Amino acid sequence: MKRFRFPHFLALILGLAFLYIPILVLIVYSFNASRLVTVWGGFSLRWYAALFNNQPLMDAAWLSLRIALVSASVATLLGTLAALALARFGRFTGRTWLAGMIAAPLVMPEVIIGLALLLLFVGLEAGRGFWTIAIAHVTLSTCFATVVIQSRLVTFDRSLEEAAEDLGAPPWRAFLAITLPIIAPAIAAAWMLAFTLSLDDLVLASFASGPGATTLPMRLYSAVRLGVTPEVNAASTILIALVALIVVSASLMVKKNLLDTRR
Amino acid sequence: MNARHKLRRLAVLAPPMLWLGLFFFVPFLVVLRISLSDSAPAIPPYAPHWPGLGEIGTFIRALDIENYITLLSDDLYLGAYLSSLRIAATATLLTLLLGFPLAYAMTRAPKVWQPALLVLVILPFWTSFLIRVYAWMAILRPEGVLDQVLGQLGITSAPLNLLNTEAAVLIGIVYSYLPFMVLPVYASLERIDPALTEAAADLGATPLKRFFLITVPLAMPGIMAGAFLVLIPAIGEFVIPDLLGGSDTLMIGKVLWTEFFANRDWPLASAVAIVMLLILVGPLLLFQRLADTGRRA
Amino acid sequence: MAKKSLGNIRRSFAPWTDPAAKPLVTFERVTKRFGAVSAVEDLSLAIHAGEFFALLGPSGCGKTTLMRMLAGFETPDSGRILLDGVDLAGIPPHRRPTNMMFQSYALFPHMSVEANIAFGLRQEGMAKADIAARVAEMLALARLEGFAKRRPDQLSGGQRQRVALARALAKRPKVLLLDEPLGALDRKLREETQYELMDLQSELGMTFLMVTHDQDEAMVMADRIAVMERGRIAQVAPPEEIYEKPASRYVAEFVGDINIFEGAIAAIAGDIITVESPVCGTILLDEEDVSLPAGARVFVAVRPEKIVISHDEPALSANKVSGEVWDIGYLGDYTMVQVKIGGEGGPLIKVALANHARRAERPIAWEDQVWLSWEIEAGILLGGEA
Repeated sequence: MKRFRFPHFLALILGLAFLYIPILVLIVYSFNASRLVTVWGGFSLRWYAALFNNQPLMDAAWLSLRIALVSASVATLLGTLAALALARFGRFTGRTWLAGMIAAPLVMPEVIIGLALLLLFVGLEAGRGFWTIAIAHVTLSTCFATVVIQSRLVTFDRSLEEAAEDLGAPPWRAFLAITLPIIAPAIAAAWMLAFTLSLDDLVLASFASGPGATTLPMRLYSAVRLGVTPEVNAASTILIALVALIVVSASLMVKKNLLDTRR
Repeated sequence: MNARHKLRRLAVLAPPMLWLGLFFFVPFLVVLRISLSDSAPAIPPYAPHWPGLGEIGTFIRALDIENYITLLSDDLYLGAYLSSLRIAATATLLTLLLGFPLAYAMTRAPKVWQPALLVLVILPFWTSFLIRVYAWMAILRPEGVLDQVLGQLGITSAPLNLLNTEAAVLIGIVYSYLPFMVLPVYASLERIDPALTEAAADLGATPLKRFFLITVPLAMPGIMAGAFLVLIPAIGEFVIPDLLGGSDTLMIGKVLWTEFFANRDWPLASAVAIVMLLILVGPLLLFQRLADTGRRA
Repeated sequence: MAKKSLGNIRRSFAPWTDPAAKPLVTFERVTKRFGAVSAVEDLSLAIHAGEFFALLGPSGCGKTTLMRMLAGFETPDSGRILLDGVDLAGIPPHRRPTNMMFQSYALFPHMSVEANIAFGLRQEGMAKADIAARVAEMLALARLEGFAKRRPDQLSGGQRQRVALARALAKRPKVLLLDEPLGALDRKLREETQYELMDLQSELGMTFLMVTHDQDEAMVMADRIAVMERGRIAQVAPPEEIYEKPASRYVAEFVGDINIFEGAIAAIAGDIITVESPVCGTILLDEEDVSLPAGARVFVAVRPEKIVISHDEPALSANKVSGEVWDIGYLGDYTMVQVKIGGEGGPLIKVALANHARRAERPIAWEDQVWLSWEIEAGILLGGEA
């Protein structure tokens, strides 16, 4: 059994500390009774109470949640199809186009995508709100979902599907009975990634939203711009706890799958 | 290949292709067109030049490049592009310097620990980006957490005043994009057969030489992927310079946002976006080739 | 069971010698190319019902492609494949009455052994009770009774192999396709499984088509072997014939060890052919129906175990050569001796000595001067083409 060696251990500790200390600071201060960041006024849950009484913030959270549910589901579907095409169809015409349109949004600055989508919506004279934000989120999340599912599909043993067909299952049934259950963890991971991307997005939503449709990140952003507000600390802590819960439980579930894909 | 087979493939390919075509590719044509329009104080705030079939000639003649001339002649924009590139490149380098040792240490950790470490590195990436940037505001602000800790330890006597500086922006980018560097580097380091460094050692290479002659070259695909994953989006970053940077920290994403939301000059904002795209096109193509071959291999 | 008579049945089983017999599977001038590479080139082949047929060849010779075309996973560019008189063109894999045992086994990892075996039957819409009965039968056949509820990753390599076999047999296919069926097993298990597969095939009276690169596997199991070379068939024949009468230098060298001497035909007198070889002088062969003229360049092949080694010169007029012992490799059941002819730089001849006794009376030693000789019947005449 290999053991930790000191320099490696130190690098890990320092790296993880850098990643986690800011988040811990945030969580600690969400329980600060004082309004001032500089002063510790004792433990208190008052900002959590204030948070739940902040109706606009609650409305924004509800809107964000609905958009995230819809866009993650559509993006996962589109991402599965795109991943299938990229992983299975060989060198088809349009492959470069599809691969390009999948890879570009992964890194392209969001301000560009947001601006472009808004100008399209204006040109189409589409009313902006829930659906335009959802469309923007689907567009971005599809690419991330594709990458996650594609990396699972490339390691998928095709002879499993062939065996199913050989035993009398038509291709679609072979896919549903064999392929889908085996890649299901990757699809679930893709959905969760799409969900959190949508829940987290500020830039695309700012461009794509219209009057009356304000998402949670948009609310948080305007609150943050005005300065540190303990309510935001509380909201952040809840969000972090939620995400941590989902990711940790999911990663326990997907662990085997994760190890498989890395082989 | 029979007709049913073709139809099946089309059914798989068409939805994502159409969606991305309509909501990713077409919008850029719109941006390009509007960047060549005059700005007008109306809603939508540009004078549209949609061509009918018979008026292509008029349309072409009405196109003008005055927005691009503005971009080139005004120091503000040129400066913003250059400082975006500089800040993004510096941040990418810093991310690599921090991320590589972390990824390397992860591959050297006991095998049973590796999945857990991987989750620990990914976890912050799943939590809200906005919140993570906001956390740094609380740390870096005058009399904030950093000042207090350093003051208590007697390292500094006066506030550092890091918030609203370029240093804060760099910290913000490195922090937010670190997982994007660590994961691909880890993936490529982990694929390296340990027998290779053992063979190098057996042939007389010192640990330092083994690291630079064997490990680093073999990790290059991961390093390149990580660098692109940080560099490209960082160039156009908006939230980080807006929240952590000062008024003197110029970044092109912020300029675009201001032109669009504050000045409501949509054609100029579009021209800013098009020029940014032109700058990014090389790295983007490289990244795409890297990503595609990486995923197929 | 009348296991003893099985050998007799097998010996008399030779439908391919009967011109009136209708083959079960026919490949008619089949060609398949991948890009510029042709995997199968204008190949014709007939396989009869009840045969255990092996496609043998090195990797990349097209044997797997040929089998996958029968299963329906590849489509021929030209030519026809008939099964029981029906042209298979356009019939997708899931409607073909063939089943395949995959090289990787391709066991569905998310299903139990039982569900794996039942998968094909469910696709047919077979009644639940019938499925249960058939699965039980297959579990018994594969000696997997206690493992019905296990997942594939909870089984040993040999058990997985048997599940794959049971799954492919469950639908009672007209032809069972086996893609390197023993490739993933260790040597000991491979030998046992060979005989199990043969018994199973005889008992079920089914037609087996096997792809393998392992000559021993093909020789032991198959009724007939097709040796393939770059998309074409080099020879189709029962194992003995492949070994004793290889049709070409390629077949001779691919199957077993062999010594090849170059030479020219000096005389043909009835069945007795005289070949003059620069390495070992006059060689006499007993060969029927030789169509080559005198003077033709030919190869003579002699198997190592058919060569006799001695310290004294044998009293023969031909088929003998002297040399120096160069290398001795002890392999347990036999010893492979390499003899160098004509000193430094000369060719090596391999001689296999069976180790009948624990110790030979006068052992062959390194650097001994020895004589090699063989019977007239031992030599094989091969055409002179490269």
